[in-house]
Parts: sequence; C-alpha cells; structure tokens
Amino acid sequence: MQRIGVFVCWCGSNIAATVDVEAVSEALKSEPGVVFSTNYQYMCSEAGQNMIKDAIKEHNLTGVVICSCSPRMHEATFRKTVQGAGLNPYMVEIANIREQCSWIHKDKQTGTEKAIILGKAAIAKVHLNAPLTAGESPVVKRALVIGGGIAGIQTALDIAEAGFDVDIVETKPTIGGKMTQIDKTFPTLDCAACILTPKMVDCAQNEKIHIYSYSEVTAVKGFVGNFTVSIKKKARYVDTTKCTGCGVCTEKCPVKNVPNEFNLGMNNRRAIYIPFAQAVPKVATIDADYCNMLKNGKCGVCSKVCTAGAIDYKQQDEIIEERYGAIVAATGFNPIKLDNFDEFAYSQSKDVITSLEFERLTNAAGPTSGQLLRPSDGKHPHTIVFVQCVGSRDTSGCGKPYCSKICCMYTAKHAMLTREKYPDTDVYVFYIDVRTPGKNFDEFYRRAVEDYNVHYIKGMVGKVAPRADGTLDVQASDLISNEQLHISADLVVLAAAIEPDKSARPLATMLTASMDTNDFFTEAHAKLRPVESPTAGVFLSGTCQGPKDIPETVSQASAAAAKVIGLLCKDKLTCNPCVAHSDEMLCNGCSSCEKVCPYGAITYSDKEFRMPDRTTAIRRVAAVNEAVCQGCGACTVACPSGAMDLKGFSNKQIMAEVDAICK
Amino acid sequence: MTFSYYPGCTLKTKAKDLDRYGRKAAEALGVTLEELPDWQCCGGTFSMSKDEIASKLSAVRSLASAKDKGNDLVTLCSACHNVLKQTNDAMKNDPDFSAKANNYMKLDVPYNGETNVIHYLEMLRDKVGFDKIAEKVTNPLTGKKIAAYYGCLLLRPGKVMQMDNPENPTIIEDFIKAIGAEPVVYPYRNECCGGYVTMEDKALAKKKSNKVALSAAENGADMIITACPLCLYNLNKNADESDIPVYYFTELLAEALGVKD
Repeated sequence: MQRIGVFVCWCGSNIAATVDVEAVSEALKSEPGVVFSTNYQYMCSEAGQNMIKDAIKEHNLTGVVICSCSPRMHEATFRKTVQGAGLNPYMVEIANIREQCSWIHKDKQTGTEKAIILGKAAIAKVHLNAPLTAGESPVVKRALVIGGGIAGIQTALDIAEAGFDVDIVETKPTIGGKMTQIDKTFPTLDCAACILTPKMVDCAQNEKIHIYSYSEVTAVKGFVGNFTVSIKKKARYVDTTKCTGCGVCTEKCPVKNVPNEFNLGMNNRRAIYIPFAQAVPKVATIDADYCNMLKNGKCGVCSKVCTAGAIDYKQQDEIIEERYGAIVAATGFNPIKLDNFDEFAYSQSKDVITSLEFERLTNAAGPTSGQLLRPSDGKHPHTIVFVQCVGSRDTSGCGKPYCSKICCMYTAKHAMLTREKYPDTDVYVFYIDVRTPGKNFDEFYRRAVEDYNVHYIKGMVGKVAPRADGTLDVQASDLISNEQLHISADLVVLAAAIEPDKSARPLATMLTASMDTNDFFTEAHAKLRPVESPTAGVFLSGTCQGPKDIPETVSQASAAAAKVIGLLCKDKLTCNPCVAHSDEMLCNGCSSCEKVCPYGAITYSDKEFRMPDRTTAIRRVAAVNEAVCQGCGACTVACPSGAMDLKGFSNKQIMAEVDAICK
Repeated sequence: MTFSYYPGCTLKTKAKDLDRYGRKAAEALGVTLEELPDWQCCGGTFSMSKDEIASKLSAVRSLASAKDKGNDLVTLCSACHNVLKQTNDAMKNDPDFSAKANNYMKLDVPYNGETNVIHYLEMLRDKVGFDKIAEKVTNPLTGKKIAAYYGCLLLRPGKVMQMDNPENPTIIEDFIKAIGAEPVVYPYRNECCGGYVTMEDKALAKKKSNKVALSAAENGADMIITACPLCLYNLNKNADESDIPVYYFTELLAEALGVKD
C-alpha cells in the first residue's frame, strides 16, 4: 500500500473562489492510502514546495497528489520538488482543479464536488504508479531555419554567432523576404535595404550558415534533438556553383513579358532573372513557366551568352536529407487577396493599389525609380486617399478578424513621406482607430498629423467609384462630424490585412506543430513561452506566429535563436520515460501499432518463445525503440490484444481513474 | 422547362411591362412559367427584426404553395425576390423563426424552406443559358450601349441571395452581351436608388438616383435596364438631372427575341 500525501492549492483566489479547498483536502483525507492531506495558498511557491518536501520526510510518503493547475503549467515543478525529497519524480500526480474545474464552474458547490472527484481519480492512479527512470538521447548540433526573411536571417545569424551550424531554407530564389520590397522603415525612416542587405551578405559569408534558396521542406521525421528533414532543391536550370551573377542572360533573354513579382507585377522581367540587384545568392533562375527553351525547345539564348557555362536546361529537382537538433519556423506573411473587397475597385482601377504596391512605387529600385506616379497614366497624383483596415478587424467573413498591427504605422509613414516629397499633394487617411503602441510610434503618427498636415478622418470608406475622367470618387463617412464625404482622389491606397504564408499549414502538419484558426503558429504559452511551439524542438520566429513589425520580428527572431542555442548547447537530452512497451506474451503480431505510430518507433521481429509444453515456437512480435517513442499513446489504443501499454499512463492506471470518477 | 412563377402585386399594377415581356420572352425561349394560383403579397420589404413574424407569413404561404407544385420558383421583381429568398433562408436555417412561422401557419406538413427560389435572371443564366439565348436572338440590339442597374435588393445580402458578387456583379452585363448589345460598366450600378425614401425625403431620393443615372451617362450608356419597379420609378421620376431612358430588362429581351409588340 502506498503512503499518499494530498496537497490542495488555492492558486490565490483562482481555485479558492469557486472550490472549497478546505473541504477538498478534508474529503480526500479519508481516501485509501492517504496519510496526509492539506491545503495552501500557493503550492508552487517556495513555502508550498517546502511543505511538500517536509511532509514526504515526516510521513514517509511514497506518492504525492497535487490538486492545482494544469500539469502543463507546473508538473515539471512538482516533479523536481519531490525529487528533492528523495522520491521518484514520476510518483507525483496532478489533479487539474483550475483549468478543468474552478475556471469553468461558477457554483462553488459544483466546483468543490468536482475537485474532490478529480482528486480521487489522481489518488487512484498514484496507487498504481511505479518509479520511472528517464533515458537520454544525443543532440544533433545543427539547426534548420525555414524561411529566409528578416526573421529567419536574424535567427540564423544569432545561432551561427554562438558557434552552431545552421541552414536556411527559402522558397524564393533569394533570401531577404518582404523587407527587401520595403522602401523606408518606421519609426526612424532608415532605408530598409541599407539595414537588411548587409545582414543578407553576412548570412552568405558566414561559414556556419548554409542557404538553400529556391528550396522547400518536403518531409520532417524524428523528434527534438534529432530531426531528419527532406529538402527539395527546385531546379533553377542554372548551376549555382558556376553562375557569377553578371546578369547578361537577364538582359538578353527574349521573353520580356513576365510579370515581375518583386515589383508586384507593376513591371515585367525576363524568363531568366535575378530578383533584384542585392539578391543573395546572386545567381540567375529560369522561370520554367515562361522559358521558350524549356517549353518548346526553341531558344537557348541565355546558354549562348553565358560565359561561365552555368545554364543547364536538363537540371532536375533534387531532394536531400539533413539531420537537425532544432527547427525554427519563420515562414512569414503575405497581404491578403482583395477579391472580397470589390467596393474599393481594386480590380477595376489601376489607380487603386495596395500599400505594398505603394511601397514599390516610392522605392528608388521600383518600377518608377521612386517617382510617385499613377499606374494608369504615369502622372503625379495630387490627392491620395489611404484606407486602413481593408480586411483587418473584419468579422463579416470577407477578411480577417484580427488587427494586422503594422498598417497604422506604415500608412502614417506613407502619408508623411508623400507630404515631405510632394507638398502639393493632399493626403487623407481613413481609419477605424489609430493604433500606435510601440517605442516612438505615437510620436511618429502625431508628426504625420501635426507637422505634415495629413488629414486623418475617423470613418470607413464605403465605395471607390472610378470616374470617366480618370479620378476616383471616394465615398466615405466622417464619424466625428457625422457627415458623408465624397473625395475626388487621384490615387487610393488600401492597407490590406496580412495573413500567414500559404506554406505554413502544410509545414505545421509536417512538424506536428499546432496552429490557430487563422493559420498562425501557436506558441507553447502565450505569455511565458512565446517563441516555442508546443512541439518540442520546434521554435517560432516572426510573423508566422502573429502580425508583427520589423523591430518585434527581430526581437522574436533573436529570442528563438536563444532557445535554439540553449538546446544545441546540451550534448544529451533527457527522454520522456513515459514511453510505450509491448508485452511479448500478449502480442499477436498484427502490426496495428506499427501502422499508427507517427514516429516510426515500433519494429517487428521474429522471436523464439518457449511454450508451456516445452517446445519452442517462433512468433512475430513488436518492439518499441524507447529513444524514438514520444509517448503519444496511439499504439496502446490501436493494439487489439492489450499487449501495448504506456509507462506512467498504463491501461490499468487510466481505468483506475475512470473507476474513481464513476464511483 | 417548367417553373412556378411569382409575379407580385406591382407587376399586376404599376409594372405590367416587366411581367408582360417577361412572360412573352419566356415563351419564346421555350420556358413555361406557371403562375402560383394562390400567391399573396410578398410583404413588400423583409423586416430585419428577428421576432417580426407576421409580415413574413404571406411570403411563407407562397413558398409553401410552390413546394406543393414541386418546381423551382421564379421571381421577377427585385423586391419580391429579396423578400422571398430571405424568408425562405430563414425558414431553412433559423429554427426559431421557422418554428414560430409554422405554429402560426398550421400547415398540413410544416414548411422548412424546401422551395428553391431563383430570380428570372438566374433562370436565364443557369437554366436556359446565355449562350442558348444568344442563339435564339432574332433582333440583336447591336451597337446599343446599355448600363445594367442592379440596385441593392437583387444582390444583397450576398450570403443569402447568392446570385453574384454584390460588389462587382456580372450577371446583367452577361445578359446584355447575350442580346447582342454592349454593356457599360459604371461604379454606381449596385448602389441604392433611394428606394422608399422618396416618400419622405424627396431631396435624398433625387441625390441618390441622380448619382446613378449621371454615372451611367458619364460612362457612355444609351439606356439603363433594371429588374426593379421601384428603381425604375426613382430613375425616371427622381433622376431629374439626366434624361437617360430606363427600361425593364425583360422588355429588351422580348425585343431581341422578336416578340415585343
């Protein structure tokens, strides 16, 4: 018989307000095996933990039940506590009477009754607990960063700085991401290229960093400390070891009408191209959808003009496999498509543009060499209307329910820079709220209003009507003066909501990392573990986790790097001892468990058994590789003969809990 | 091809042309429109109030009667279409509403939105096909520049009406092409004409309908077509800054098919 101690936590008023903690500790005192039961305001505090340690020694406890918050929160804490008092850490059970009880009940009597039942279940389980010892697994000292925008770049640089190898996988031909398309950055207005491109070059030159550009992750196997990742290097039909980036091919290619994605289709590029002058790696890529040679075998101009002999029309996609100790998701964002917002006439008028297009129109390397000109007629616009929250904070289902966070600031930047460079231009900004929390952010916005006389109008635009004379009739409401406004504009700029890149969801599936309903990666804890995924060994960097501006993205990128470094510094990781094991005498060799195991931890082999009649028989039985098993329990459910069981969560333990609840 | 047909009160009085040409054109296209024998007024407008049941009951009655006939129910007036479609949607998807309505109605079999309500334009597009119409046109309106006027009731609320993109529709433009004319796309084709506001604020109705008519004219239209009697009224009477003519789309369809008298 176990000697069990019960410790009921108040969690301040979090539990005590809806659960009579005194009654719970009193009721659990009379459960079989319980020799000590008490309650305390904060069981996780030092005093609380000492209370547990003292009780273990004083009452010779062999098992401990703690009625408190979710085990996700403090199971590790309490395991350490009992270990400090000489008990095996797996002799602790947590009854979650906060998230699963006090927080969801309003009635104290109901809450108390339920807390007692949950406590009884934990006691029933701890009776069947056995000491478990954790094994160890080695750590592969190399990290993978998926996405080569500013987030991925910063994470990779920081990891490399600590002395670890790190690979960046980027789907585009160059790293740099969205920041390469931006002209100036708020709130200091320094040039984005001037602060980003040196970092891109640092990545390329750092011998600890390897860049897989124009590549994609296609499969992920393994677990924390030991992932095996398949990377598809897409055929770019150019030998990157030979290409010097001279760019002659991109000038001679006869296919001139390929929409240039770097300038958001506002001008054209060739079928062989280098995205922009500062691209890293600076090598050409052939766009197979447009290349005449690849489509119908007629052309070959690039091959003829390439003095380095780098063109290779026969190049194929190549899949390589690499092993990593940690993986960082940094897949970034895109502005949403505006198909659901035809009231703004984006698809009907060339002079209705998105903010990112505006960014290209004001960029010296953009389609107009930085001159702010109307796309329709190349004339200078004299009245510009900026529309905020296009698809952000939208609960109608057309857009996104969340705030995209960056739009208020970049619109203030656009408005201010326009007034600075073209003082003869009238600039209007329509907004629901102006949200500028951030260091020097509100001051920045106020400068736009007070020093640059940008007309900020609280209200939404209902319609943008292109007129026959080329102007845009902007119909809007002014909520402060309660008026309907009609503004005749030359250019309308829409602050489109941002959404996670489409590659994020399939990647999350590969990583078994969780996502929210908007396809942003979920963090392990919203406040305390904001750069880690709940999946061990997977970390989050930048906007793949939620909307962020550049300063925040860089902070998070470095934080993710710190977490990766902390992991890679270890030579070995302690494994979870709660792993599956198979009872060979019960196993019927059906392979059900092998099929459901997501980690490939189960193998079958023929084994010789001595039978009761003293003969021997060869049977096919399952065996679990404990170093690979993650203890998910899928096999124990699938096993038809009950041979597969999970240590620490055995079928008997679970049934004992169920019995205790149903009693 | 046989459909049940709901004309509505206005089509029997002020908007006889909308109805008359609609029937003639349907006949020419080989479509049989069977007028619901016991239809009642749709209720005029769809009340937004959740517990307002009484004003919707007559619409439910017509819908239930169409269910007994077993054919899709074709409507023609934009306002009737809007009320019938929204009421039908509420009967189908709002259990509270349909329970209350069915309690009042005491039908032999409860009605739960089984009837499929389509507008005449949807019938042309989805059942007959604009390409088939183009083949049957004997008198193409070649060279005519026509502005489609949708108004608000035909397309909104988009999730219920499900006819076309409410902000950038194409169904009437495609219809105009089918009868051999040239559609004129202009930004105010899906804005409100002023509707019933003409009863109490003439100036506002004038402002709204002038905006529509002038915008169509500015973009080079010779005429405006509509499916709504109230829109036609407002654009004729209240758009006093423009003399652009306004017709029912069925009149032009009948003309193109050579059955206009």
